[in-house]
Amino acid sequence: MREEELPVASSLVVLSNVHVGDGYWHVRIRAEEDQLLAKPGQFFHLKCPTGASGPSYLRRPMSVYAINRELGFIEFLYKVTGVGTQGLASLQPWDELDIFGPLGVGFELPAGSGRSLIVARGVGLATMGPLVGGLVRNGNSVLAICSFRRPEAEVGLVPFELAGVEVHRVYDSDGSSDVSGLGRLIDDLSRVQPFASVYTCGSARLARLLSGLACLSGVPSQIAVEQRMACGLGMCHACVVPVCTPVASTEAAGDTGISETKKAGVQTKRVCCEGPVFGLDEIVGCWP
Amino acid sequence: MLAVSNRDPGLSIQDGPEGETKDRDGLLATACGGLELRSPIMPASGTFSHEMDQVLDVAKLGALVLKTTTFGPRAGNPVPRVSETSDGMLNSIGLPGGGFEHFSESTLPKYLHYGSPVVVSISAETVVQFGQMAQALTLPGVAAIEVNVSCPNIEADGKAFAMSKSATASVVAEVRASTNLPIWVKLTPNTGELVDIALASQNSGADAVVIANTILAMGIDAPTQKPTLGNVMGGLSGPAIKPIILRMVYQCASKLEIDVIGCGGIQSGVDVAEYLLAGAAAVQVGTVSFVDPTALVRIEDELVDFCRSQHHSSVRELVGALEIPGHSINTAVNQMDVAP
Repeated sequence: MREEELPVASSLVVLSNVHVGDGYWHVRIRAEEDQLLAKPGQFFHLKCPTGASGPSYLRRPMSVYAINRELGFIEFLYKVTGVGTQGLASLQPWDELDIFGPLGVGFELPAGSGRSLIVARGVGLATMGPLVGGLVRNGNSVLAICSFRRPEAEVGLVPFELAGVEVHRVYDSDGSSDVSGLGRLIDDLSRVQPFASVYTCGSARLARLLSGLACLSGVPSQIAVEQRMACGLGMCHACVVPVCTPVASTEAAGDTGISETKKAGVQTKRVCCEGPVFGLDEIVGCWP
Repeated sequence: MLAVSNRDPGLSIQDGPEGETKDRDGLLATACGGLELRSPIMPASGTFSHEMDQVLDVAKLGALVLKTTTFGPRAGNPVPRVSETSDGMLNSIGLPGGGFEHFSESTLPKYLHYGSPVVVSISAETVVQFGQMAQALTLPGVAAIEVNVSCPNIEADGKAFAMSKSATASVVAEVRASTNLPIWVKLTPNTGELVDIALASQNSGADAVVIANTILAMGIDAPTQKPTLGNVMGGLSGPAIKPIILRMVYQCASKLEIDVIGCGGIQSGVDVAEYLLAGAAAVQVGTVSFVDPTALVRIEDELVDFCRSQHHSSVRELVGALEIPGHSINTAVNQMDVAP
């Protein structure tokens, strides 16, 4: 059984909805008390209004970008890519938006005062907003590597700035987002002080890099994944991802490296209720 | 089974909360396919699981129709497994699961404590497997077996059982011989012989037919030149299909002695009333629950409101009560066989 609050579907007032550049929009919504208890990495299922390209029938899963419990609002950062997000972009202040949640299993936050590494790219940064705040509140120090196509495409950095954490920005446009360079950077950084936890979202390339780095071997690592979704509750089995489950025997499992998890065989898990956050090796270990 | 309308505008609804609850229970109570149901509204197979109890009182559903379990374990189909259409959705999930033995040990027990009748949905690749599953799943707490014959028959080059009168009859007869539980047969709408296949189900021992499964369809994403589903083709569901399935329910109900359960695109309580008027004894509600997670409760409330506004004291008064000006229903149905 879930320990957190039960999801609620409700029509809520839009406080603001603004274009923040490069096709990204930021919407702030008045939320109900239970919904404000959403944990980092959890998502809401949004019933998008009719936009320029017409109505959308299904809801759209959207990870929480920010929560303000004192002022009672919740924020989403989204990129306009299709019918549903075009509908979201049409929202005006005082319009109502039907949101359902919080849903899914979020990030596990370490209690200690270790050093956490966040590596995210593009719209994946939207998922990391509540996480970075949560990590800092728990007493962790955070180092973030944020990857973008070019400096003009920077988005989702406000929670990192508010939390006062160290951010390395890397870009495709100057080659600094190249994985081999990033691998060396993470290796150098971990020599200064080893990382106690790793979080990633938004790039398969970066996830694969993190999973394979020797300096992060054995460090608890989590990834938030996306999948096309219908019900959001685990009923329809649409949003599955292949996962490699560690073998049951601790002796056979050894460490949780990729080579070990691969031996355990592949199954699928539902992103909506068993995710969207999974162990990094559980996901990457299945990739060809 | 079309009943004569006994609508009586003079029936009054009692006042007071206690009276209202009693009236509501009496209004909704019905019988269908060998079961007494608290309400004619139940979830459709594949669109319901115990996770729904996070948002509504599962014990109040007319019945709990579980996701189809298969003979052996199945991984399911490649993603994307769903895609959106203008007024509904396509799905090709592929019946993932651990097989019926895993189902009876691990899944079924999660549904037995709610108190609503539990309907187990089964699918198999051969007639014999259907029988073995029906026998093994005739367990305490299981109220009925829904036979999903829309899956490929490996003994007929993968053609779905429900596309053929004889294949459907063979499956239903085998299941009938293997269980004493009521049998509901969920048919496919992807045939021109639906009424004959429904009759074959009845004649082989079915207690009800569920009309219908999804309509075979596909979607293409033009910019990427790719199908929208990993499995290329899938089933269309949602409000887009309601007029088609409503017509099929009407055609089947006029010819069958057993109950028809309507299933296709229901979004509201009035939609339920339409299915009942077309001759359905009960309905299954599916896709709308993905959009509106508490839809089953809302739809029941709306059905109660509709019945009260129309001065019906029981949903049973609606069943088959369609009035066609200038026609008897049988005349109208017979005309359906004539090309327009």
